[in-house]
Amino acid sequence: MIEVQDLTKTYGPVTAVDHVSFTVNRGEILGFLGPNGAGKTTTMRMLTGYMPATSGTARIAGFDVFNDSLDVRRHIGYLPEVPPLYTDMSVETYLDFVARIKSVPPEKRAERVADALVKANIVDKRTELIKRLSRGYKQRVGLAQALVHDPDVIILDEPTVGLDPKQIIEVRNLIKGLAGSHTIILSTHILPEVSMTCDRVVIINKGKIVAVDTPQNLTAQLKGGQKIRLEVQAPQQPLQDLLTHIAGTSRVDVGTVRADGHTTATVEAAPGQDIRSQIAARIVEKGWALYELHGISLSLEDIFLELTTEDAAHSKELD
Amino acid sequence: MQNFYAIFRKEMGHYFVSPIAYVVVGLFLILCAFFFNVYLTSAIQESMTMEIQSMRFGMPQEFDVPGQVMRAFFGVLSLFTLFFLPMLTMGVYAEERKRGTMELLMTSPITEAQIVLGKFFASLSLFAIMLLPTASYLAYMYFRSEPRPPWGMLLAGYVGVLLLGGSLLALGSFISSLTENQLIASVLTFACFLMIWVLDLGRNAEGVAGTVLQYLSVIRHYDDFTRGIIDTSGLIYYASFICLFIFLTVRSVDSMRWRRA
Repeated sequence: MIEVQDLTKTYGPVTAVDHVSFTVNRGEILGFLGPNGAGKTTTMRMLTGYMPATSGTARIAGFDVFNDSLDVRRHIGYLPEVPPLYTDMSVETYLDFVARIKSVPPEKRAERVADALVKANIVDKRTELIKRLSRGYKQRVGLAQALVHDPDVIILDEPTVGLDPKQIIEVRNLIKGLAGSHTIILSTHILPEVSMTCDRVVIINKGKIVAVDTPQNLTAQLKGGQKIRLEVQAPQQPLQDLLTHIAGTSRVDVGTVRADGHTTATVEAAPGQDIRSQIAARIVEKGWALYELHGISLSLEDIFLELTTEDAAHSKELD
Repeated sequence: MQNFYAIFRKEMGHYFVSPIAYVVVGLFLILCAFFFNVYLTSAIQESMTMEIQSMRFGMPQEFDVPGQVMRAFFGVLSLFTLFFLPMLTMGVYAEERKRGTMELLMTSPITEAQIVLGKFFASLSLFAIMLLPTASYLAYMYFRSEPRPPWGMLLAGYVGVLLLGGSLLALGSFISSLTENQLIASVLTFACFLMIWVLDLGRNAEGVAGTVLQYLSVIRHYDDFTRGIIDTSGLIYYASFICLFIFLTVRSVDSMRWRRA
């Protein structure tokens, strides 16, 4: 549905997006993950035809975003970072206007507007002026605007910004509900969002793609180095010695003894080894009381930090 | 066409839900009414004085009250357009850019020309709505005059104001498309309008320069209309002026894609 090939955007000497390539299949939700200023918004703006690419091509629904811009725009719904709202209009008037400029046929307009209101869950606010709405509602009006013409491709730039936790869950469910019939690209810097909503993730940093995979695979990739958290009633130094001598530990980090005599420790295991049973056995052998032992699988957050900071360190070396 | 109409409708709605239209139209009408009253009273007084003089000296003289009032009134009308129209056009693009709604328009399946034309005709319509009540002043005078002045003269005057207004609106919209700041847009527009006015002073210059300036002057063509003359050269002049700035606005809106950082 979406094919991006070597998309590049430079602003004078600054390269905002650097040879980005990826594809999105029909009905898929693609998460665009990256720190602020990584080039997410610029990539999306190039896809929507808002700005031309410096080089490279992108095709949406078979149309080139530059040469067949109008056809592409007919097929996409786009929620920019700042929802593009006419604040002195009422919600309904606004959506009607958007339906008009998105060339929804007149006889279908009322129906489409009503549908978008329901989907974004703002039916009870439809006669209200947009400027009187709270930030969360404004965001949802922006979302309704992206859906009003029932586009094949929906591009959402940070759709959950400014929403409260309950609204975030609603919006995520809405997005998941849209998948299948719509192809969705959403950008975010909130990691759990990606693992919860997206089929595939593109991690982008400093304009370059650093990883493309499913959230599960990305997590599995780094799962090799398992982390184990312990809480034992034991003195600090002996615990440290014991843990370091267990075969397969790569890093041991023992905290100080707390007032109740408990000590917490984090152990990192070498890839591919499960040393949890060994640790438990050794501690029991010593006659210490074991209060807690659990493995922490690396979250997407760790992967993200690892990928993006590694890159930063690497580029520093180059300088 | 549907897209053009959508933009047009949105713009008209915008003028009337925001206080702009009411303030601009209201002030404009108050000033017009005041000046019309002043011109009419002074013209009637003058004609009375002349009548008394002609009785005393036995030289009957004709004094064209409606004609004089109309010329003076259309003169002052053109001056008001100079002051009020920058307020109508200052936000046309600047505000859209500031609010981020330009991003919506430019990622929708509509062309830049549709956006620009929709906005231009909306502002021109608002200007026409602004002028409409002033026609009642002139209609009052028209029906009270004996003999009645030629109605074509009135019509020509309004055609002239609309064309002059249209030119200034096209120029003002173009300036608004260049900046994100409404204040800068309005000040720049006003300065440009003034310069166009000042250009008119040069038309008495000798030789080729004077002739060229005479052809370029917005006011000279307008004067013809207020005298009741609908001159083709005037029509062509204003039409080209409007087309030129609409074209430039379309290019400027299009170029936003390229110069955005």
